[in-house]
Amino acid sequence: MREKTRLSVAHLVRDPVLLFLVLLVFTGLFLFILLPLYKIFSYSVTNDAGKLSFQAAWDIFRSRAYLEPLKNSMLLGLTTGLLATIIGYVFAYALTRVDMPLKGFFKTIATIPIISPPFILSLSMIFLFGRNGLITNKLFGFEDSNVYGMHSLVVVQTISFFPIAYLTLTGTLAKLNPAVEDAALNLGASRARIFRTVTLPLSIPGILSSLLLVFIQSMEDFSNPAVISGNFSTLAVEAYRTITGMYDMRGGSLMALMLLAPTLIAFMLQKYWLAGKSFVTVTGKPTVSRQQSREPKLVWPLFAFCMLVSAVIILFYGTVLVGAFVKIWGINFSFTWAHFKYVMTLGWIPLRNSVILALGSTPVAGLLGMIIAFLVVRKEFPGKRAMEFVSMLTFAVPGTVVGIGYILAFNGKPFMWTGSAFLLIMAFTFRNMPVGIESGTSTLMQIDRSIEEASTILGATGAVTFRRISLPMLKQAFFSGLVYSFVRAMTAVSAVIFLISPRWNLATISIFSLFESSKYSDAAAYIVVMILIIVVAIGLLNLIVNLLGNSGQIASGGSSERA
Amino acid sequence: MSERDFSARSSNVSLVGLTKKFRSLDGAGEVTAVNEVNLEIKAGELVTILGPSGCGKTTTLRMIAGFEYPTSGSIFIGGRDVAMVPPNKRGLSMVFQSYALFPHLTIYENVAYGLRVQKLKAAEIKERTERALELMQLTPMAKRFPSQVSGGQQQRIALARAIVIEPSVLLFDEPLSNLDAKLREYMRDELRKLQKRLGITSLYVTHDQSEAMAISDRVVIMKDGRIQQVGTPREIYAYPQTKFVADFMGKANFINVQVLGMEGEAARIEIDGARFTVPRPGSAAPKSGPALLVVRPEALQLVAAGNAAGAAGVERAAGVAGAALQGTIDRFTYFGNIARYEVSTSNAPLLIESYNPETSSVFSEGEGVGIGIDFESARLLPVERKEQQ
Repeated sequence: MREKTRLSVAHLVRDPVLLFLVLLVFTGLFLFILLPLYKIFSYSVTNDAGKLSFQAAWDIFRSRAYLEPLKNSMLLGLTTGLLATIIGYVFAYALTRVDMPLKGFFKTIATIPIISPPFILSLSMIFLFGRNGLITNKLFGFEDSNVYGMHSLVVVQTISFFPIAYLTLTGTLAKLNPAVEDAALNLGASRARIFRTVTLPLSIPGILSSLLLVFIQSMEDFSNPAVISGNFSTLAVEAYRTITGMYDMRGGSLMALMLLAPTLIAFMLQKYWLAGKSFVTVTGKPTVSRQQSREPKLVWPLFAFCMLVSAVIILFYGTVLVGAFVKIWGINFSFTWAHFKYVMTLGWIPLRNSVILALGSTPVAGLLGMIIAFLVVRKEFPGKRAMEFVSMLTFAVPGTVVGIGYILAFNGKPFMWTGSAFLLIMAFTFRNMPVGIESGTSTLMQIDRSIEEASTILGATGAVTFRRISLPMLKQAFFSGLVYSFVRAMTAVSAVIFLISPRWNLATISIFSLFESSKYSDAAAYIVVMILIIVVAIGLLNLIVNLLGNSGQIASGGSSERA
Repeated sequence: MSERDFSARSSNVSLVGLTKKFRSLDGAGEVTAVNEVNLEIKAGELVTILGPSGCGKTTTLRMIAGFEYPTSGSIFIGGRDVAMVPPNKRGLSMVFQSYALFPHLTIYENVAYGLRVQKLKAAEIKERTERALELMQLTPMAKRFPSQVSGGQQQRIALARAIVIEPSVLLFDEPLSNLDAKLREYMRDELRKLQKRLGITSLYVTHDQSEAMAISDRVVIMKDGRIQQVGTPREIYAYPQTKFVADFMGKANFINVQVLGMEGEAARIEIDGARFTVPRPGSAAPKSGPALLVVRPEALQLVAAGNAAGAAGVERAAGVAGAALQGTIDRFTYFGNIARYEVSTSNAPLLIESYNPETSSVFSEGEGVGIGIDFESARLLPVERKEQQ
């Protein structure tokens, strides 16, 4: 052990670029992930004089103010997790196992909720089922339907997060060796029996994984409960209200910790316990393409199901689009540009800020993600495991916790950064790296290490090898990291709501205020403009990444193909 | 042809007390992958390290390349100790088992890569890259990507990319193991021709003994991190120094004998009571007492049963001194050019190969036979105790 550490230290000293990168990443991780978390802990267990005290914790515990939101959040997380996973599984099964039309369409539909701005589904919910709702009021004539509460939240979150379940489960289902199912078929089992005895048991790790991931997302969610939960209080929102409404920073911090505990546990379960249980068989052997079922009694129900899900999504998004162009929803449906005029005048500055800050953080987050993936997969240095763990941790830390931690950590000497663009960019960067790291890591694992060694022995330094060999091969992973971090930066609410300042107000927060003043159509217009910006930005990013890499095609497998 | 230009910087290599220890897989102890290896490679020579998997050959190569740092010992390239020099500063190049071509670069750019890294002038890069492509007959496909050409061509790209930078030493890590048998033989010969023509100092790692025989100036046999023997392919095959070398390089029979004494170079021995002379027993031969007689399958001759030592009827091969042993044929395999017999005797099980079997008598399974030994090519080795293996 000591021998290895000594050697890897020697290695670091010999490679100054590597040393610099490792130190840079560690500094960043410490400052922008660990320090804020530590500050929340330490702040929660001290009193105003800075002495160790559990008074605040005791107060909250005794008042049971935490109990209701904790219970609600857990209940919501589990319900949404279950529903989203069921829908995601059926969707994934239909798209991987059944030969049916419109698959491309369904896949596109399933990605929409991932890249769309916050509030949009809640807004649709209000447009469709609110007091003046299209369905509740106009269609059925209810006068006082109550759209606010857990029932709406479950609907909205299920639609929002089922794509996560779908993507996780597609991965699992697509990678299960088809030969296993073929073997069962060959032994005379029916499709239903194969599903029950082979496919389903083998996809259990994926199902649990999806449950936990959706659970984390639902617990973390701030934007939907903030506008549509009514009296159903959740931890993320309650922590925010405790701090901004009651000026009780300590109480808010404790709520944040209570939010952190379950998400962290779920994350650890997903990452370390389930990871080892996967039945996914990855071999170098080319797998035979899967025989897809054409039995009508299987195809058509699944097709109908996918159509239904797609129809609901289209209805929800379409509603907002329409809502952005009508005078007053529910009362005056005549066409108007007024809401867009509002966005382009009063709403212009926050929108511009959002774009600037997202653009500022995107390359940093994308590059940092690739660098961390590269370091973790390819290099030996002390603290490597810790680097990997801490950098993925942000995935499990709710934005609310991050926001509160940042205020506590960066609101005084030596780091007077609260309210600055810099701090917002750092918040985006460190929150949005994990997808880049994740995809970068899995790409690098598949790339033969000797390709980089070949570059090294031909005389290239570590930096040159990274820029000219590793990075171009990571192009796809880099791109998805960039897109993800841009979209997340544009759509972030929970963390930044604590960090904005009059100078740096953001579009999502403006939408939130529009909700609070019930200017729903203005909010709709805002959301439509944001969707346009995101779509254009993804297109541009794609273009830039293609120009950045060599013009040639990335040949999958390439030289490592066996002759 | 100006290909001689590629060899300008060939250097000698010497390894002194090279040792590499790894932590064992359970983390508890240490594994010595390479143990006190000393080796001299002359400039322009092609030396092959041959050994079973896990013998330390790849680790040795990777330490010379700079991908692993030695636990102790030195690596001199052209007189300079490079043991702690990073791989990109060593002026070597390497042909990898997987070729490790850059999948996102064209064949031209793959070959030019090392020159671009050196920041040479555009004109020189172009000139040298084109020369290397020409040499490896890759010019027509220079604009294609590695995935679009055949395995043999990928191999040539890897070679072109390695030689274009005029390395002081060229390292090969089982470069032919991904090719099918026919192509492998062809590329093996091409590679040797090229290496001789360019005169690049080369170290070649393989586990394929016929490949090692075919291309090497000298072969190094490694086992368990230690060098067992260094020599020309002929020395290794004809004069193995250990039982392992004899067994690993080709096939060998080990007959238990007693050494009675020496008569100059020759050794007088006794096999199951009968006495013989081994004219060239080799330098590892014990001077007296129990020993192993190493005989290649082709140096054994089957004769009709009952032919005692020195008896008549053994005119089939010169130097075979009658039947030294009696045995029974357990198994007979006919390959066309060779007939292979597995014979059990009271001394040791024997493998016997008879070339051009159609001209000699063919024996069948279960038949009792006498076995003649060609003592000219037989060698003596000390009996190894089990724990020494």
